[in-house]
Amino acid sequence: MAEEVNLICTACPQGCTLTAVIENGEVIEVLGYNCKKGIAYGIEEIKDPRRMVATTVKVKNGFHPLVPVYTDKPVPKPLIPKVLEEVRKVELTAPVKVNTVVLENVLDTGVNVITSRDMPTKA
Amino acid sequence: MQCIHNGFGLELLKEDLPGPAYAQRFIEEMLSLGVEALLNTMVMDITPNRHLFVSSKAHGYVEIEARAIVLAMGCRERTRSQIRIPGMRPNGVYTAGTAQRWVNVEGYMPSKNVVILGSGDIGMIMARRLTFEGAKVERVLEIQSYLSGLSRNLVQCLQDYNIPLQLNHTVKRIMGKNRVEAVEAVQVDEKWNFIPGTEEIIPCDTLLLSVGLIPENELSRKAGVKLDPITGGPYVDETFQTNVPGIFAAGNVVHVYDLVDWVSEAGFEAGKRAAQYAISLRNAEARYIPLKAGKNVRYVVPHKLDKSTLAQEDIRLQMRVTQPIEQPVWVEVHDGENLVTRKPEKYVRPGEMVTVKLRAKNYADVSKANGLTIDINPR
Repeated sequence: MAEEVNLICTACPQGCTLTAVIENGEVIEVLGYNCKKGIAYGIEEIKDPRRMVATTVKVKNGFHPLVPVYTDKPVPKPLIPKVLEEVRKVELTAPVKVNTVVLENVLDTGVNVITSRDMPTKA
Repeated sequence: MQCIHNGFGLELLKEDLPGPAYAQRFIEEMLSLGVEALLNTMVMDITPNRHLFVSSKAHGYVEIEARAIVLAMGCRERTRSQIRIPGMRPNGVYTAGTAQRWVNVEGYMPSKNVVILGSGDIGMIMARRLTFEGAKVERVLEIQSYLSGLSRNLVQCLQDYNIPLQLNHTVKRIMGKNRVEAVEAVQVDEKWNFIPGTEEIIPCDTLLLSVGLIPENELSRKAGVKLDPITGGPYVDETFQTNVPGIFAAGNVVHVYDLVDWVSEAGFEAGKRAAQYAISLRNAEARYIPLKAGKNVRYVVPHKLDKSTLAQEDIRLQMRVTQPIEQPVWVEVHDGENLVTRKPEKYVRPGEMVTVKLRAKNYADVSKANGLTIDINPR
C-alpha cells in the first residue's frame, strides 16, 4: 500500500508543494517538484530531515556581547536541541573573524559550527 | 546584521548564507573597489535638484552636490499604533524586529511566554529563535485567511517546533497593567469583524508584532518624489528612476521584497542607471507607457517603462497578487487587446512575489502599445 505525504519544499524560497509517495518505508516517487532540489528534499525530508541551524555565542570584550554562528551544513532535525546545547557552552574572545570554526564536528555529525561575521573588540 | 538565520544568497550566489555573512560579501567588495562610505551619518534633507544636507559626529555638517542619487532607505515595521489594538498599554509589546535586535545582537531575552500577531517572515523566524533560547511560543495569530510570509518559514520555523498558527484570528485586547499578562484572541469573519463567542484568553508576558513593513520615504517626500499609495514607495520606471530626474530608488524603499537577493539585484540595476545618468549617458527621449495592475494583481513595479529600453534588453516586472490562487495560473501581459507574453505559475500567493520578464523580442508588440496590463488568470 503506497502512502502519500504532502510536504512544502524548503530548499529555496519558492516553497513548492510536494507529495512524497512512500511504500514499505521507502520514498518511491516525489511529485510536484520544479527542480532537482525538490526531489532530493522530498526523499530526505521523509528519511532523514535536516536543517541549517543559526544561533549566537558569547564573546568577551567584543563590540557586541554576541557573535552569530551557523552550521556549515544541515544537521539532523532531532539533534537540533543538542547542537544548541553544545553551542551554548562556547565562549569566544574578540577579535573574531568571519568563518572561524567555533565547534568542530559537533556531536559527530561531520558538521562544523562557524561564525557568520567579524566581531571587532570593544571600541 | 541582526538577521542571523540562513537562507540569504540562494538565488544570487547559489549559497545558503546567514544575513551577516551575505552582507560581509558586499562590504568586502565595496571596500576592495575603493568606494568611500560615511558611516553613522544621517541625510537630513534632499532637494529636487539633488543637493544633500548631511550630518555626523565624525564629519560634522556636510553639504553634497550629487549628479545622481539612489534612495535605499529600506523599510520599517508597522507598530501597535498602526494597527490600533485595544486594551491596556503595558510593557511587553514589541515589533518582531526589535526583539530580533535584542536577542541576536545585544544579548537580551525579552520574554518567557510569547504570542505573535501576524505571520510575516520576521515573526515566524523569531518564533523559532525565541524557542531556541528557551521561550515558549504559545501561538501565531494571522488575521488574513492565508500566510503573509514564505511557506518555507511555516515549515522550518513553526511546524518544526509545533508552534500553532491560527489563520483568521487576531488580538482583540491586550491585558496587564505594568507587564503584558495575557492577550484575548478572537476569530474574525471575511470582513475582519470579531466573531462573538470565539474569544480565548492566552496567558503570556510578551506580544510580538509581525504585521507588515512600510517603505521608509520621509526623505523622498522632501525631495519631491511622488509615492504610490499601494506600495508606499516611489513611482519608478524600468531603470528605477523616480519622477525626479537623477533620483533613483532601489529595494525595500520601493516595495517590500521577500528576498534579499532580489533587493541586491534591484540595487545593481539602479546603481548602474544612476551612474549612467551621472555621466550623461541616459537617453533623454524616453517613450514611456504605463504598466497597470489588472486582475488579481495588487501592484506592478516598475510603474512605467521606456519602450526604447526594451529594444535593447529584457525588463523584469515584479508584482504581488491580491488573493491566493492554489491552482495553475497564467501571468498575462497584454495591451488591452493583444497578449504580449505570458508565464505559467503553479500557484500564486500574496506572500510570495511574482515576476515576469518582458523580453527584447517583445519590443515589436510593446512599441505599438499605449500601456500594458498584467492579469492573473487560472489555467
